[in-house]
Amino acid sequence: MATQTEPPPATDVWPTASRGSSRVRHSHHAPTVILGASAVLAAGVLGLSGWVDPVGAVALGWLTFAILSTALTATLRGRRAAKNNVATILVTSAFALAILPLASLMWVVIEHGAPAFNAHFFTYSMRSVVGAGGGIYHAIIGTLYVTAAAAVISVPIGLLSAVYLVEYGRGPMAKALTFLVDVMTGIPSIVAGLFAYALFVLFWGEGTRSGIAGAVALSLLMIPIVVRASEEMLKLVPHELREGAYALGVRKWRTVVQVVLRTAAPGIITGIMLAVARVVGETAPLLVTAGYTDSTNSDIFSRQMMTLPVFAYQSFKSPGVPPEPGYERAWGTALVLLIIVMVLNLIARLCTYFFAPKPNR
Amino acid sequence: MWSTGTATQQTSQTGRRTVADPFFAGLTRAAATVILLALAGVAAFLCSEAWPAVTAPSDRIAGGDGLVAYLWPLVFGTLLAAALALAISAPLAIGVALFISHFAPRRLALLISYVVDLLAAVPSVVYGLWGIFYLAPKLSHIYSWLADHVGWLPLFAGPASVTGRTILTAGVVLAVMTLPVISALSREVFLQTPRLQEEAALALGATRWEMIRMAVLPQGRSGVVSATMLGLGRALGETMAVALVLSASGLVTFNLISTDNPSTIAANIALQFPEATGIQVNTLVASGLALFVITFVVNFAARGLVARSSKSEGS
Repeated sequence: MATQTEPPPATDVWPTASRGSSRVRHSHHAPTVILGASAVLAAGVLGLSGWVDPVGAVALGWLTFAILSTALTATLRGRRAAKNNVATILVTSAFALAILPLASLMWVVIEHGAPAFNAHFFTYSMRSVVGAGGGIYHAIIGTLYVTAAAAVISVPIGLLSAVYLVEYGRGPMAKALTFLVDVMTGIPSIVAGLFAYALFVLFWGEGTRSGIAGAVALSLLMIPIVVRASEEMLKLVPHELREGAYALGVRKWRTVVQVVLRTAAPGIITGIMLAVARVVGETAPLLVTAGYTDSTNSDIFSRQMMTLPVFAYQSFKSPGVPPEPGYERAWGTALVLLIIVMVLNLIARLCTYFFAPKPNR
Repeated sequence: MWSTGTATQQTSQTGRRTVADPFFAGLTRAAATVILLALAGVAAFLCSEAWPAVTAPSDRIAGGDGLVAYLWPLVFGTLLAAALALAISAPLAIGVALFISHFAPRRLALLISYVVDLLAAVPSVVYGLWGIFYLAPKLSHIYSWLADHVGWLPLFAGPASVTGRTILTAGVVLAVMTLPVISALSREVFLQTPRLQEEAALALGATRWEMIRMAVLPQGRSGVVSATMLGLGRALGETMAVALVLSASGLVTFNLISTDNPSTIAANIALQFPEATGIQVNTLVASGLALFVITFVVNFAARGLVARSSKSEGS
């Protein structure tokens, strides 16, 4: 579509320029040479001025490289090649600039969180702990219960809805569902928390806090992810498989359960794990629904329940006196969360990698 | 188990069919209905819990000037923080997406896109801790420099916050959080550029950048816009990172680096809700409803753009 309507490029400037670029095409080592030269130059400048700052050194070297290489390209290969060079450098810089905070995030969390790790930290709760000591046992239990409950609620609903959309859904109901799942994807997590709070206030009265309310809030965030992921996977199942099953006289529900779902299972499991990874770190909805406590609570239907993200937040907000042990626990919890999320993501990726249905099998 | 060998088996299967098939279909429809009901429930419960705040006399709302006066600075802060975040993250994210789709070597690109996807999953409370302990002190130096040198701009009028916990810092943290979202979606769009168009451009002698400008960017424009709007949706609704980083005083101001900062709706709820009682709860739920409406509109617009662009691609 776009190709047909696009005006032809201005042909008159092209021959000269392309001649220019072909003349120096063989020198593809040039960037490396210039990069080395600018690194030496930047190091020299820094060495002379006595200004030692690794970030500044890299930035200066990169800037020198940008200017040198652009000037060189402009003189050797013309304006168009120079523009291309500028674009390449800009895009690469954008990438580097984006990776920088992310790398520093990892580094800071690991650096501050690792000292908190010991057996005590994982096996004790915060019950009657003042100052140093104490651990996140109660938060681990809480996160396990709440996340498991959220998964128990949202996986069947999400999976069956996806089956409905792919296998049964026609007409206005399916359209409305697709639209509303899109809407749900965008619900802010705090709003999901408020909803669960408002719902449980109806049953248990003002100011109620419980693990199950947190689970309901989380499942509101989890369901759209499960639906989307399962829907995509179910759509990938080849129609020949379904038709083969029907031709053998297999009923539709059996075809769906034993042929379609079984074929799509690895992808669906991946989607569910990604959904769990997404909600396991949610703080805001749990803060307003499950609340916080210092003791271990393994009854999700009553009383406050501590969870890992809320614990990290609370240890920072009210670290106690002196604040250092509280901050250390906050960092330790942040690192635990980071590890959980990474591991879940990694397993999900490996699942996709090893078990993904080959498109033309 | 699928064979229908004997007549008895056949009849038994026909018998089961009348029960099992409609039952399963009904089960899936029930699940779909639960989702519809849940969303209707969200709207209904939020409205019913927010209603007392709407009807309450204005002096009972925190601040004493009624609900609108209470909400306005929060809405302003929410929009300002999100706008700052997008102003920083959108160009960078498009750069990252282009780098992955058209500049990086294939293996490296695969690795980077995994890392970027991973970062989209980092819990917001971790971003918040990083922002307050690491980023804010670093930025406070830059803020005092800005206040000294470009203080004539109303944006940087100062006096610069010493802690660095300003709305601009919140914007930077939000930018870091939205960047993976925007770049992941833009990357998908850029990768969908028809191969033939790219090769045609290159065969005509275009440089890589000219090829991107002629083939990739026009193709991906609507996708990038909707990715940005989804990022905006995340920035608007982000709670904990802002609640941790921002030290808010509830003022409406465009001064980005001073100690007087507007709060955001989501952060305000997270900070006030645990201790709130009575009409305060209703006020907070009402602000949540306002946030829901704002994000709904943004997401709706984004989906609309995607739908329109995919329709025009199909024709």
